[in-house]
Amino acid sequence: MVQFALPKNSKIKEGIQHPVKEQSESPKKIVIYRWSPDDDENPRLDSYEIDLKKCGPMVLDALMKIKNEIDSSLTFRRSCREGVCGSCAMNIDGVNTLACLKPIEEVNGEIRIYPLPHMPVVKDLVPDLTKVYKQLASIKPWLQRSKKAEASKSKLIEEIKQSPKDREKLDGQWECVLCFCCTTSCPSYWWNSDEYLGPAVLLQAARWVNDSRDVERKKRLQEINDSMKLYRCHSIMNCTRSCPKGLNPAKAIADLKKAIVTEL
Amino acid sequence: MNRPLSPHLSIHKKVLTAVFSIFHRFTGIGLSVGAFLLSCWIIILALGEKYYGIFQTISSFFIFKVILFLWTLAIFYHLYNGIRYLIWSYGKMMDLKIVYKTGYAVLVLSFMSTLMVWLLV
Repeated sequence: MVQFALPKNSKIKEGIQHPVKEQSESPKKIVIYRWSPDDDENPRLDSYEIDLKKCGPMVLDALMKIKNEIDSSLTFRRSCREGVCGSCAMNIDGVNTLACLKPIEEVNGEIRIYPLPHMPVVKDLVPDLTKVYKQLASIKPWLQRSKKAEASKSKLIEEIKQSPKDREKLDGQWECVLCFCCTTSCPSYWWNSDEYLGPAVLLQAARWVNDSRDVERKKRLQEINDSMKLYRCHSIMNCTRSCPKGLNPAKAIADLKKAIVTEL
Repeated sequence: MNRPLSPHLSIHKKVLTAVFSIFHRFTGIGLSVGAFLLSCWIIILALGEKYYGIFQTISSFFIFKVILFLWTLAIFYHLYNGIRYLIWSYGKMMDLKIVYKTGYAVLVLSFMSTLMVWLLV
């Protein structure tokens, strides 16, 4: 349901200004959303100052520097530091992106960092992704073969071949790292996340619909042909705008709608 | 668990993709309301001599002209942006760069068309 204002327990308060330890050559102020489940306090905005001369180039480097040198309680997800794992998705300077792919120098003035928008917060910059993972599971993101082929596999495991041309149809879809930057940038998903699947999950739906080796194309299309699951997409295009991998979920969704009209 | 909801509208940048989209809705609503008000305005004219005075007073307000101008602008914005949506329904012109270019084109075209209408009529 559309609710523009934040609930009472989510209103953001002013936070701590961490003191600057030393004179820095190239100071940069970083403001970070903080919330801890350990007390009853509301979320707050803490500010830190780091020396860019002694920091790596990406926003993730800055976060690690803060955690290592200023405030070890700062909590965020990270793993690969090169845009492959999708863990460090967050809202930086107003746009969802991966902290490891976002250069600090692209942000003028102070850097403001929030968790992915309109999500339950586990701690600081860590959102609860339980719901989006459930939605992902609902579109059956795995290869489905016919019952016959399944039954005969005990005797002979046959290779499933795919022509280069058919393989090409998955380009722009398989590269998704499931960081959910797109889904959480979508206003329609903010207001309808209970039923609308959101761009990331629909892009995955397209990835399996378009796989020539999958036998359930029609059934997959039927399953998402739903006024809430699919048609809450109003082509706002925020998803494509924020994808840190340069993918185009909005186009994948448009093609799904087209396939439903022409094939079902 | 009493988890807070992370901020959304208040902190997300007003990216043009979303701005073009929300203005499509605003102009849609504005057009419906405007069409109703315009019909009232014309009905007053149809009521005859007695009411011609009221018609003239309303028409002479500067604010009336401003609203009428905005309504014309809304028509063209909604029309051109609607065509953009139709093209998207075919999965065409959805590259982010083209999305931005066509967005600006819609803006320029609607302003030019509105000015044309007002200068010619």
